[in-house]
Amino acid sequence: MQLEGAAAALVGPLDLLVHDASTLGKVPLRELAETECEDLARVLEVNLVGPFRLTKAVVGSMVLRGRGLVLGITSDAGVVGYPRWGAYGVSKAALDHLMRTWAAELEGTGVRFLSLDPGEMDTAMHAEAMPDADRSNLASPAEVAARVVDLVQSIESLPSGARLDSAQIARVA
Amino acid sequence: MKPAVWPRDEARLLQVDPMARTVADRRLPDLPSLLRANDVLVVNDAATLPASLSGSTRRGPVEARLAGPGETDRDWTAVLFGAGSWRQRTEDRPPPPELSPGEWIRFGDELSAEVRGVSPVSPRLVDLRFAEGGEALWSALYRQGRPVQYSYLCGPLALWHVQTAYGSRPWAVEMPSAGRPLGVALLGQLRRRGVGIATVTHAAGLSSSGDPGLDARLPLPERFEVPPSTVEAIHAARGAAGRVLAVGTSVVRALEAGATHDGHVRSGRGVAALRISAGFEPRVVDGLLTGVHEPGTSHFELLKAFAAEPLLEEARARAEGWGYLGHEFGDLSLILGG
Repeated sequence: MQLEGAAAALVGPLDLLVHDASTLGKVPLRELAETECEDLARVLEVNLVGPFRLTKAVVGSMVLRGRGLVLGITSDAGVVGYPRWGAYGVSKAALDHLMRTWAAELEGTGVRFLSLDPGEMDTAMHAEAMPDADRSNLASPAEVAARVVDLVQSIESLPSGARLDSAQIARVA
Repeated sequence: MKPAVWPRDEARLLQVDPMARTVADRRLPDLPSLLRANDVLVVNDAATLPASLSGSTRRGPVEARLAGPGETDRDWTAVLFGAGSWRQRTEDRPPPPELSPGEWIRFGDELSAEVRGVSPVSPRLVDLRFAEGGEALWSALYRQGRPVQYSYLCGPLALWHVQTAYGSRPWAVEMPSAGRPLGVALLGQLRRRGVGIATVTHAAGLSSSGDPGLDARLPLPERFEVPPSTVEAIHAARGAAGRVLAVGTSVVRALEAGATHDGHVRSGRGVAALRISAGFEPRVVDGLLTGVHEPGTSHFELLKAFAAEPLLEEARARAEGWGYLGHEFGDLSLILGG
C-alpha cells in the first residue's frame, strides 16, 4: 500500500506491475529437513504474500479502467523439485498459482496475468545459490529485461494466466 | 444513529425513492437489481493519503492533517491539532500552539516543514512548505503518515482500511467512504447487467477541524478531475434513457461543479467550491449512493437537493429503527427515483 501509493502519486495509476523482488531464504541453500519453519515462512512472506498484497492494492483500479498487466517473475524451481531449493521452489510454484487464479477470476475484465521464467541469470542471487556455477553460461539480466519489455508490447497475443519459460519469452519477444 | 465502530465486509442499503416517496430496507448485494442497463455509476477513484503527521515544534507537539496541495510540489495546506490522541473527539483536543510564519515543524526523522502562512479564518489552518519535494516527500509521507483517525472507532486505522477497491490516485485526505463497500465482484455484476461504470477523481477533504468557525466552512474547496471517458459515458447513458448515479457526495460535487448551465459535463480539472443544499437543482446527477447521514451535517444538506426533507427525515428515522449504522464505515443509502 505504501509502495503503491507513493508510486501512484509520482506517476499516476499503474498499468503494469512486475513482481520481481524475491528471496532465496537462507544460503547456502539447504534441504527441507534442515530448513527452519520460520525461514520457510519468511520466504513465503516475501515471494508470495508480498506480491499478493501489491496485486490487491493495484488490481481494483486496473479492473475499473479495463486494462492492466501483472507479471510474476518465476523459476523452474517452481516446477521441478530440485533438492535444496525447497523453500524458494514452493514459493515460486505458489506465485504461479496465484497468477493463474487471479487470471481466472478476472477473465474478461481486461486485466491480464502472466508468469515469466527468465531462466538462469548472472545475478548476485544466483551467485549466492550456486557460487561454483560457470557464469559464462548465464544470461545477462539487462538483456532478459529488454526481452520482457518487448514481450509486454506484444502481450495481447498471450492468454492471461499463461506461464512462459525463457525459450518462449525469446520467441514471443 | 450508532456509528459502525470498525471497517466491515457488508453494508445494508436504505433505498429511498424521492418520486414514489418510499423507503425500503435492502442489502448492498441488491444494488444491481435496483439499477438498469444504460444507467451509469460514477465513482471517485481518489485513493486516501496517509494525511496525518505527528510533529513537534519549539512550542509543543502538533498533529498536522494535510488538507490539500499548494503551489509547488513542496507546499500543502494543513489543519493543526494540539497534544492528544485519536481517541479524543477533534472538538475536545487541545488547540495547537499558535505558530507564526517562519517557524518549523519536524515530523519524525525524515520530514520537516516551514509555516509559510496562517489563515485569518483560523490559526489552525496553515500553509506549510516541506523541506523535501517530489519522490523524497512522497516516500517519507507514506512511511511516516497515518490515515486520519476517528475517535468513535474501537482501534486505530491502517492505510488499507481507508481505501476503496479501485482507488488509484492519492488525492483524498479522508476516505471517499460511500465507495468503500463496493468490491470488484459487485462492480463486475453491475457491468454484466449493462450498468456503465465511470470515474472522477475528487480530493475528498477533511471532515472536522476541531474549530467551530473553520468547521462551518467545510468542505473547503476541493480539486477534481473529470476524464473524457466519463463525459462520454454520461452522454451515452442519457441518450439511452439511463440515469447518472453518483457514488458519494464528492462525486456529486465534482460532476455538478464541472457542468455547464444546460447540464453538459466538461472534462478536465477544476476546483469544487459550490455548496449543494435544498433548492440546488442538479444538472447532471440523477441520484446518489451515500452513507446514512444525520440532519445538521453538510452531507445531509446535500441530500435535500435530491429528496424532500420530510422524506429524508423519515428515511433516517426508519434506518435508525432498523438498526442501521452511521459514519465512515456505516451502511449506505440509495437516493434514486424510478
